[in-house]
Order: sequence, then structure tokens, then C-alpha cells
Amino acid sequence: MPAQIVTITSGKGGVGKTTTVANLAVALADNGQKVACIDGDIGLRNLDVVMGLENRIVYDLVDVIEGRCRLRQAMIRDKRMPELYLIPAAQTRDKSAVSPSDMIRLCDELRSEVDWILIDSPAGIERGFKNAIAAADRVLIVTNPEISAVRDADRVVGILEAEEKGTPALIINRVNLAMVKRHDMLSAEDVLDLLSIDLIGIVPEDEDVVVATNRGMPIALEPKSLAGQAFHNIARRMKGEQIPFMDLDSQGNLWNRISRLTGRK
Amino acid sequence: MSNKTPGIQIKGLRDSLMVTLDDGSWDDVRSALVEQIEDRQAFFQGARLVLDVGAQVLHVNDLVSLRDHLSERGINLWAVLSESPTTEKTTQLLGMATRLSKPQPVSAKPAVEVDDESAMWINRTLRSGTRIEFPGNVVVVGDVNPGAEIVAGGSVIIWGRLRGVVHAGADGDQSAKVCALELTPTQLRIAGEVAIQPDKKKKSNQAEVVYYKDGHILAEPWKSG
Repeated sequence: MPAQIVTITSGKGGVGKTTTVANLAVALADNGQKVACIDGDIGLRNLDVVMGLENRIVYDLVDVIEGRCRLRQAMIRDKRMPELYLIPAAQTRDKSAVSPSDMIRLCDELRSEVDWILIDSPAGIERGFKNAIAAADRVLIVTNPEISAVRDADRVVGILEAEEKGTPALIINRVNLAMVKRHDMLSAEDVLDLLSIDLIGIVPEDEDVVVATNRGMPIALEPKSLAGQAFHNIARRMKGEQIPFMDLDSQGNLWNRISRLTGRK
Repeated sequence: MSNKTPGIQIKGLRDSLMVTLDDGSWDDVRSALVEQIEDRQAFFQGARLVLDVGAQVLHVNDLVSLRDHLSERGINLWAVLSESPTTEKTTQLLGMATRLSKPQPVSAKPAVEVDDESAMWINRTLRSGTRIEFPGNVVVVGDVNPGAEIVAGGSVIIWGRLRGVVHAGADGDQSAKVCALELTPTQLRIAGEVAIQPDKKKKSNQAEVVYYKDGHILAEPWKSG
């Protein structure tokens, strides 16, 4: 079956696009899928670092596009997984080294080789973003429960609709339930109320994600982590499985759980 | 600086290039333009382009493909001037300008004849970054999100939530009204008056109408009649 091409984007920077790509890739691969990730952030590449593959880069995306190597040569295999590959971005070039039609050509070539192609989009709505969505069959938008991130996500949804890319699905990243309860943070409902698009996952805020990211070990490799579990759930929803949304509330202490069971506050 | 080739006129503006296309089939005009650009890459490289397409009716696909094509050659298409309302709408949808900041003598007269009985019909949610400009009334079936903007010569009716910016009666019509099912705009203007949402407005579950009276902008529940 030819691959599904999924672009992960956000508008605003720093909301966790790259972390999401790395973790969804690991989770899909863990599910027996053959996955290739493409780092679309040319000039500011990160995905290789987050996946812990930086030191193995020989050829990159621009080398493939400009014909200095074959596609296969630029695909770095992640040895922790049976079938997970990364095509890194070039660090010494900029967005103009790639055009939307280059991305479409590259993805067409890659399509027959894997089950999933995940593209990590740069922040913004300019050239790099246009490149990243050019080949996409489907787009996932990552946002944080913050007004500024949601506003930018809304702008991106509008652009995707205008470019007839269909309505994207939403991942709300870094939700801090304690803060939501204190009404100090937007809830998932608040975010969905504004964007009115389909939700595909909520990822709780988790300090371990930062630690894992710094070590180049995506949190999805850690079965006990709640955030890792959330990424696994998103991966399975991408495959079309019906997975109920995690009850983040169940992480409270024993007394809270008992009082909820008995219906008391 | 002026240059004439059949089908296309190029004029240098202060900070951009103005390209006026002749009437004719879009495919012909487009390929004439593309050919010009291929021939004179150095001249066009890095330019900010204003395209006057005359009466051409262009849809999203036409403009997107042209814009991508131009951007691949380092040309930034930032405005499309047109006499066709469809093309204007497409341009707005893609977030490009539909007029130059200095009014063009050619486009001084409104693109369409509007009267009190007609309105622009928008059957979708307006998201951040969208700007709708229309000389008459505007009806939106959907929400107007924060970051979206409607500038109407007449009244604005929103069958949905208004959270963005609306300017009704933009040409000075003080009898213009704004109605919405849920009224929490970022900013609301009627004719020359500006109103900003009070910080802690309670959510009313009622549709509201906003109008101008004696130098103030007033809101009240929206009832028929």
C-alpha cells in the first residue's frame, strides 16, 4: 500500500512540532509500520537531534533534491526500531533550496517504500511551510493551550482550507491539568471551541519529555510515561483505530479517585 | 521605467512592480507573463509584484498555482487588483492585498454596484488572517474568529460568534448595524466611532445588535422588528 503523507505544522514556533513528529514516528514504527520522517526545517534542523541521530548524517534532503546522492543514501535508519528512517534537513542552506514541486517529487519516490511519511514543518507560513504541506495527504496541527498558539493555529487552518488541503486534525500539546482546573490555562474544550476542527490527541505536560528530548530518546520509547502513551494513542488513531481519549484526571491521588467514584467533589 | 510587450505592461512603482495583464483567456495571459519572467529573471528576481488582472475571474487554484510558480522564482506576489468580485474574494481568501495603499485612479469606482437590498454572502467561518472588504452589506454564516476582519460599507450580520474585528458603515454610513448570535468582538467600529469590548463581559446567551446613536456605539438584545 502506498504511504500516507502527513505534515505536522503549527504556525507558532516552540509548541512541540518536532517532538511530536519524533514521537509519532516512534509510536507508528512500534506498531509495526514502516515510517520515514522528513525534516522540512532547512537551515534550522532539529529532528535529527531530538531523535538522537545527528552524528549519523552524511547526506541530507537538499543533497537528494540536487542529485548529489540517491534517496536511499539520505535515509538514516533508527536502530532502536525495525523500520524507522529519517531524512535530515540541510543545515548550511535555507528554505529557498527546496521548492514545493521538489517535495512532491521526493515524496512520490518515497511513497512506494514506506507506510508513512511524516514531514516536520518549520514554524511560520512562508516558503518552508509551503514546502512542507505541498505533498501532504493530511495535515496535523500542533498547538499549546495558549491564546497566541491557538491564534496562529487558526490562521494556518484558514490557509490550509484556502489551498484546498482539507481540514486538518488537532493535537493539543502540553496540557497541564492542574492549571486548567485552576482556570489558569485554556482547556481542550476552549481550544476546540475556537478552532472547530477534529481533535486527534491531547498530550499532557510532562517534564520527562524535556529530559527525553535532550537525550535524543523520544518519550514514546518509554511505555510508562503518560505523554508517551498519549503519542501512542495518536499514532493508533492515525491508523484509523478508535481509541478513547485518555482520562488525564485519573492521575490524581487515591482519595480524589475514590471521591469521584462515589460521586462526591 | 515602462515596458510594453503584447499582453503585458510592466510599470515600476515605488516599492514594487505593477504588471497589468490584457484581457484574453487566462491561460494565454498567464503563459505570456511566465514567459516574460523566464526571459528576464534578473529583473524580476526578489520583486514585489502587483498584478492587475482586469476582469479575469480567478479561483483559488489559479492564483495559488501562479503564486507558487512566482515564489519559486523569488518573486513575491502580494497584491491582485481586479474588477471581478470573485477574483477579489479569492485574493482576500489567500491573504493578499486587493488594492494599493495609494488609491488607483482606475479602481476608484466600486467594482460592483451595490444597494441596500443586496449583500455579500459568506458561508464559512472567517479565520485569523482573513480580511473581507465590501462596499455593501455583509452576511456571514459561521464564526468570525479573532484576527479576522470585515470592513463593510453597510451593515454586517453574523449568524455565529463575532470575536474578530468588524467595521460597519466604513464609508461613513452611521445607520449601519452589526448583529451577531454571540457578540464578543476584539474591536467594533461603526462609521467613525470605535468601541472596544469591556474586559469582563458576561457571556449573554442572546443574539445582540449594535448600532450608532448620538456619538456612542450601543448594544442591545437582537429582536425582530
